Amino acid sequence: MTVEPLWEVFVRSRRGLSHTHVGSLHAPDATMALRNARDVYTRRQEGVSIWVVPATDITASSPDEKDEFFDPAADKVYRHPTFYDVPEGVDHL
Amino acid sequence: MSHLSYARAMDSFQATIDADSRIEPRDAMPDGYRKTLIRQIAQHAHSEIIGMQPEGNWISRAPSLRRKAILMAKVQDEAGHGLYLYAAAETLGVDRADLLDMLHTGRQKYSSIFNYPTLTWADIGAIGWLVDGAAIVNQVPLCRCSYGPYARAMVRVCKEESFHQRQGFEILHTLSTGTPGQQAMAQDALDRWWWPSLMMFGPPDASSTHSEQSMAWGIKRHSNDELRQRFVDMTVPQADVLGLRVPDDGLVYDEVTGHYSFTQPDFTELYEVVKGNGPCNEKRLATRVKAHEDGAWVREAAAAYAAKQMERAA
Repeated sequence: MTVEPLWEVFVRSRRGLSHTHVGSLHAPDATMALRNARDVYTRRQEGVSIWVVPATDITASSPDEKDEFFDPAADKVYRHPTFYDVPEGVDHL
Repeated sequence: MSHLSYARAMDSFQATIDADSRIEPRDAMPDGYRKTLIRQIAQHAHSEIIGMQPEGNWISRAPSLRRKAILMAKVQDEAGHGLYLYAAAETLGVDRADLLDMLHTGRQKYSSIFNYPTLTWADIGAIGWLVDGAAIVNQVPLCRCSYGPYARAMVRVCKEESFHQRQGFEILHTLSTGTPGQQAMAQDALDRWWWPSLMMFGPPDASSTHSEQSMAWGIKRHSNDELRQRFVDMTVPQADVLGLRVPDDGLVYDEVTGHYSFTQPDFTELYEVVKGNGPCNEKRLATRVKAHEDGAWVREAAAAYAAKQMERAA
């Protein structure tokens, strides 16, 4: 039996929100992946738009390299507003 | 598209706008709506990356390592904001390279505020406090803009901007509680940046060309004058805390309305700067074009490397 390709499924739950990853499914082509995604992931009107992407087309960061990969942001606390002292009585800052 | 289905698509567009819902990239939309958004989002993106220049000017001369690290983080954020916005513009079917070309050849604009020079360290404080403060007042309503990708980009931008304004205020607070020389430097920065900051909200409502249609389309949520008033009301009490004087003899708090009445900026200056006659217009554009040209080898090398990797994998 040939294995059908894997598709990652992204659903926009309503206008104004981004598509969010909801899961994956197997389908022989993009059109069928889209229809199957509708039947699998939006049976209760969970979405107004669906994207399907071949899983093989996704390049992911490696879990093994997580520390080195994200480390540079760890010591830059000054990127957060809470780093700064705001004198008393100052609003809207 | 036939006339009938076009009419139906436009009805559906209008119904979405009327319901205060969001238009998304694959929806049908009037040509004017698309063009207005491309112009506005591109101009916004250009402003973010041109805005890196006046602040970048002080990175090497920031008064401490702490200030330098903060300023680098801020300028880096502006680059990121430019990228979010170019990406949002591309969802409307334009290409980022074309938008940059329009900027470089003067066919698209960026915010006039960045055509003023940063003469002293206090100017970095004034930009964070006033310029980013004004930008936040402009941008918060854009988080509810009718075009989804633009609104979502704005949510990210606004979240990140909050540290920008605070670091500017902190710089001025340090100066204004410092030596008489530092206090004078802070006051001088406020004197020079106050009026251009008020101009950031655009011309008065009566002479604003794009406003009415943009309001009807839900791209713009408040008029220029409303936002300018909101900025003044927020900022004047903050100047009091800094012990600095807003350079407007006409500034009066109206107990009845709860708003400040204030002197309007000289809009002929705004029109002159928009036309290209500000103090730094030529320099800003020349620096941008040079950065783009100097970076060409990096883009070429990256493409060559990618091509070689692909060849090897094949």
